[in-house]
Amino acid sequence: MLKSVPHHVAHHFEDADQEFDAAKIGMWLFLAQELLFFSALFVGYGVFRFLHPEMFLHASKLLSWKMGLVNTMVLITSSFTMVLAVWMTQMNRVRESIRLLWATAGLAMVFMVIKYFEYSSKIHHGYLPGSWFSAADAYEHLHLFFTCYFLITGLHGIHVLIGVGLILWLIRKSKQGLLHKDYYTPLEMVGLYWHLVDIVWIFVFPLLYLVG
Amino acid sequence: MVHSASSSVNFFKASSGWRSWLFTLDHKRIGIMYLVSIIIAFGLGGLFAMALRLELLSPSPILFSAKEYNQLFTLHGAIMTFLFIIPSIPAALGNFLLPIMIGAKDFAFPKLNLASLHIYILGSFFLLASLFVGGVDTGWTFYTPYSVETDTSTVMTTLGVFILGFSSILTGINFIVTVHKMRVPGLTWMRLPLLIWALYSTAVIQVLATPVLAITLMLLIVERVFGVGIFDPALGGDPVLFQHFFWFYSHPAVYIMILPAMGVISEIVTTFCKKNIFGYKIMAASSISIAVIGFLVWGHHMFTSQSPLASAIFSFLTFFVSIPSGIKLFNWVATMYRGNIDLKTPFLYFLAFLFLFFIGGITGVVLGALSLNVHLHDTYFVVAHFHYVMVGGTTIAFLGGIHYWWPKITGRMYSETWARVACGLIFLGFNMVFLVQFFMGSKGMPRRYYTYLDQFQPMHAFSTSGTWVLGLGFILVVFYLIDSLLNGEQAPANPWGGLTLEWRAASPPVLENFDTPQQVTHDPYDYENGSIPHA
Repeated sequence: MLKSVPHHVAHHFEDADQEFDAAKIGMWLFLAQELLFFSALFVGYGVFRFLHPEMFLHASKLLSWKMGLVNTMVLITSSFTMVLAVWMTQMNRVRESIRLLWATAGLAMVFMVIKYFEYSSKIHHGYLPGSWFSAADAYEHLHLFFTCYFLITGLHGIHVLIGVGLILWLIRKSKQGLLHKDYYTPLEMVGLYWHLVDIVWIFVFPLLYLVG
Repeated sequence: MVHSASSSVNFFKASSGWRSWLFTLDHKRIGIMYLVSIIIAFGLGGLFAMALRLELLSPSPILFSAKEYNQLFTLHGAIMTFLFIIPSIPAALGNFLLPIMIGAKDFAFPKLNLASLHIYILGSFFLLASLFVGGVDTGWTFYTPYSVETDTSTVMTTLGVFILGFSSILTGINFIVTVHKMRVPGLTWMRLPLLIWALYSTAVIQVLATPVLAITLMLLIVERVFGVGIFDPALGGDPVLFQHFFWFYSHPAVYIMILPAMGVISEIVTTFCKKNIFGYKIMAASSISIAVIGFLVWGHHMFTSQSPLASAIFSFLTFFVSIPSGIKLFNWVATMYRGNIDLKTPFLYFLAFLFLFFIGGITGVVLGALSLNVHLHDTYFVVAHFHYVMVGGTTIAFLGGIHYWWPKITGRMYSETWARVACGLIFLGFNMVFLVQFFMGSKGMPRRYYTYLDQFQPMHAFSTSGTWVLGLGFILVVFYLIDSLLNGEQAPANPWGGLTLEWRAASPPVLENFDTPQQVTHDPYDYENGSIPHA
């Protein structure tokens, strides 16, 4: 059992409940703006798919749905370990929570490694859009699909990496005994963020990989 | 730390040194730093406006080349929109007043509040840096394909606006959470001052619309730097998509600009009429409904670039905005009826707002009508319309707010006489500049043109002469406000006899706003039952 450090409520709050509720509303609002941030990319995807439906059909076959599926599984599992980590801290089992956080960060890195292999194969085939686009006898306007692909998965990947950073920060805080059953706000908030990253991927996977 | 000082010292004296300002967590100091920044931005944007009006004195070149002229109006628009009007009332006055008006010690997230200020400053550096690396000449709307092709520094400017967006989002999140969680006992939703309702509605737009602008500008940068073709029809892309994305943010952003102004106006009219607002609930509800309807009308900026069916639908939806706006206008007028009217400077600004916002609003309905819009599209009529709303509405309300809360913020009174003179000059100058632009526009003078037909010269010259009157008015304001800081009389806690919570605080307020915990027992403008603090 790690020694817990008691949490002091910030000077401008009345009590811990008010502080926790404020953080929670703030986090939900942040997630709402995240969704809108991604939404424009999804709208762009929709417009280009509407303009070039056959090309999208053709293009999605160029992606490896197997890798996408494995990554979907990996992320869903990491969401599960994240929930368990929050739960363990609420039960004051901080050591188990730290192990689960490591597992979450590890799964996130597995996701990124698989993404790396996917990216290198696409770049190798000359699908990177813009001036690098060099795929031989490519379908007309194929580059637009890959613009959507790289922008959406790239932005999502950045969110995954930020999530890993946040999880490492939580591990450090937990080890210092700052997170325990009486104060676990940061853990809960990062948890919410992590589920958002997961949910966005759940939309990305069918839209990009399973068109055909 | 700032907060370790004794709480009964006024916040100016609580600590000193530039660090105690730049890294403060006190919402009042952050509000003042915002205020100073946006006033500098306003001065800069104003100078650009004066310069480009000077160029338009005659159809032949005077001071600037056509290219420089394009850069001038672009920077004027970008600075005034992103550095002045959007943060003006929410980030400057709102930051200072919101926690005090709900009786809180600070915002829910003081560090986030400071971060939003730092992000704002960083973003402004990027936006202004574009001045020195080749300017930008696309207009503040950055329309593709021109923004992709021009040799000016679009990337630097859009990056600046991208960064500024996050400042706006963080401020919005902080406002919403604070209104939900930090109100004092007794301050129910139906007792919130109308400025709080207005800031709350604004914050909702800031949180939900700004991220779309951020991603749009990111796409524009990607398009420009990597040439991916998303906005290029030759590569299968769609340039109109940019316009949709841009206006999906920028139309709601118009309500980010005007809603807080409406809140300020509601505060001023009740205090200087010593009378409850006419129709409190509908005033609160109309703020929320403007925020909601604002999301459904972006297509009315694109009547000439989308399908006729879409245009007809957007035109129809646009008229709905006029309903809550009209309700507000009528209710302000009705509030004055049988009021105990005190014609102090803030109230003069209120009257100016009523006239100017009425003209701006009615011409907005004219432009919302599809058939008329196609005729007036991209003419000076549009320029005059949005200046009547943005300057005649928001800037006038902002000035009214500055005068109304100046004693609270600084603890000093200003010269009432000079303030009235300046208000008169600003009202007169503003109308001189923009009223003729309605006539020019309806006769077909296109906006953003460097030169024009000779027949427009008298009206252009008249408009330009108005900018000097307007400029003189603003300079006068700066002078007597500085004089008030140095020599002004000490302000009492409640100089105007206001009823809302901020008038219970000292002028200027103490570090955590109130010495004793506050409680609210009546409606915000209930002059019949509420007792006026410090009266």
